[in-house]
Amino acid sequence: MTDKQSSLKRVKGTIVISSESCKGCELCISFCPKGVIKLSDRLNAAGYQFAYLVDNGECTGCAVCALVCPEVAIEVYRD
Amino acid sequence: MDGNSAIAEAAIRAGLRCYFGYPITPQNELTEYMALHLGRRKGCTFLQAESEVAAINMVYGASLVGARAMTSSSSPGISLKQEGISYLAACELPAVIVNMQRGGPGLGSISAAQSDYFQATRGGGHGDYRTIVLGPCSVQELADMTMRAFDLADKYKIPVMILGDGVLGQMKEPVDFKREAPDVTPTREGALMGARGRASRVVKTFTSNPSELEEINWSLFRRYQLIKKNETTWDTFMTDDARLVVVTYGIAARIAKGAIKNLRAEGLKVGLYRPVTLWPFPDEPLRELSKNVKQFLVFEMNMGQMIEDVQLALAGQGEVSFYGRPGGVIPTPDEVGRVMSRLYYQKGLRS
Amino acid sequence: MKLIYSRPKSLKKAAFHYCPGCGHSVAHRVVCEVIDEMELQDKTIGIPPPGCSVFAYNYFDVDMAESAHGRGAAVATGIKRACPQIIVFTYQGDGDLAGIGTAETIHAANRGENITTIFINNAVYGMTGGQMAPTTLCGMKTTTTPYGRDHVIEGYPLRMSEMLAPLDGVAYIERVAISSPAGIRRMKKAVAKAFQTQIDNRGFSMVEILSPCPTNWKMTPAQSWKWVGEEMTQVFPLGVYKDVMEPKHAD
Repeated sequence: MTDKQSSLKRVKGTIVISSESCKGCELCISFCPKGVIKLSDRLNAAGYQFAYLVDNGECTGCAVCALVCPEVAIEVYRD
Repeated sequence: MDGNSAIAEAAIRAGLRCYFGYPITPQNELTEYMALHLGRRKGCTFLQAESEVAAINMVYGASLVGARAMTSSSSPGISLKQEGISYLAACELPAVIVNMQRGGPGLGSISAAQSDYFQATRGGGHGDYRTIVLGPCSVQELADMTMRAFDLADKYKIPVMILGDGVLGQMKEPVDFKREAPDVTPTREGALMGARGRASRVVKTFTSNPSELEEINWSLFRRYQLIKKNETTWDTFMTDDARLVVVTYGIAARIAKGAIKNLRAEGLKVGLYRPVTLWPFPDEPLRELSKNVKQFLVFEMNMGQMIEDVQLALAGQGEVSFYGRPGGVIPTPDEVGRVMSRLYYQKGLRS
Repeated sequence: MKLIYSRPKSLKKAAFHYCPGCGHSVAHRVVCEVIDEMELQDKTIGIPPPGCSVFAYNYFDVDMAESAHGRGAAVATGIKRACPQIIVFTYQGDGDLAGIGTAETIHAANRGENITTIFINNAVYGMTGGQMAPTTLCGMKTTTTPYGRDHVIEGYPLRMSEMLAPLDGVAYIERVAISSPAGIRRMKKAVAKAFQTQIDNRGFSMVEILSPCPTNWKMTPAQSWKWVGEEMTQVFPLGVYKDVMEPKHAD
């Protein structure tokens, strides 16, 4: 492993999606590089299927989802 | 000084900070005076806009942040400003708009007329709103009323229109301004200045909730009642023993006065009733007058607009005749005198 | 773990009324992020136009004042001339800026007014239900061009950035697109540069933002973003069209 790859060890990150703000536009899902966001079958109060994080530790906290989210519904945490 | 320049000088002395204009005869001297004198004053702005529409919206912007702001134009230009005036009225923003009327409709003539009375007093823009409308009839009054306009606008947070005409604007008369220009132009209390030290505010009327807008209308109309009670002004001339009273305003009143003096010399008992605030229209004093005067002649330089307010005020308490010359034709005192004397004899007023 | 991304301070907590995937929402957030970072919140006045974004005053936590349709540039001129120390930005749609307000926009730019214009170009009149706008693409279906815009009848889409750039009063114009994370980052830099242009009194600044309108384009949000990136950029090429600070083209 070159030096660069080793420094890319697991950068832990996570996101918090406000399920009530989400309007199910699925943009975060289509742009997430790790594909760790899915659309829930359940509906929020407004009747939208909301997005949620599949918590398998893959999220790197890159914030792309928050960047594209029109509803400012996603908060991003990172180590 | 000519009327147009007198308005400009009076506005500067009233603490005007921003003037936005656009060329149109017969009020260009006003715009040019502002270019010469306002632009150079510290903190003040003279700007010739790309259109009358832009000019009124610039006034809206300047008034938002508390500056005394003004625009001037003539009939066709004033038509372009109507939407802006409606927004000013809706957002309770003071402003002064000067209309030096010219013959209409259409491009019209560049000579003086009074054909915008309805537009001014009923409001040419959309929605239930009013603007205070002042009708000066001399260069001195142009100056006094400009200053009064700014004070009224700020006091009631309402656009005020000065309804002059081409003759008033071009004619020269001595004028005393009674006020010196302030060194620093005033800024209105409570203007929008960026949310420093307070929550952000919004100036708007758009709403998806009709009852919210209804409340705005009700509150505006409560203010209009107050204005009507406090600010209605009018003027009379030899009406004490008059049997025939001419009702007119502005330059037409000067013409009528000339005729009245001539006829009085011949022993006819004629007088003049001159509304000064065209809105609010002085109806009660006219009703008062109709207790002993039964014959009224409404004389206007249009096809008959103020006559409707006169008829509303009198409500049948007296006979109302009309004499009008539209299109920018300027009647002479003799002409009006002949109409009055013929009416005087026809109605059997000769004792 | 540290919180590294959250709602900008100057963006009110109110939920957006915008449709799912709408570009306005993203543009609002980015402008507010810039207002936060440049600490402009207490000396800024924003001017929303009639249009979908007329409700911007429910979201921007700065002083806001409504303007008549198309007159934002004139209102901003009035404000800036009366109070030069206030930071003014107009937030206008394509119908507002390139349709009814073309004259006000061109002349404000030509006078070099020190104002910043956020120009949302989504090629339709959104609020009123998706009619043709001055920037509607040829062949594009809207409620008033049901068979697709035909240049023989309705003419061509209007390129405002290219039109305003040559004016001497213009200091900075860039066209960006809400079509990808990179596009949004680029937009934020452009908006920041535009406000900086105003702060430095260099003249007129505008950011033209190609923006998705899923509802009126009858697409899913993801499709509409892709359409912005692939189709709109053909007719409205991205890039810096004027920058008096760095006259060389492209950044």
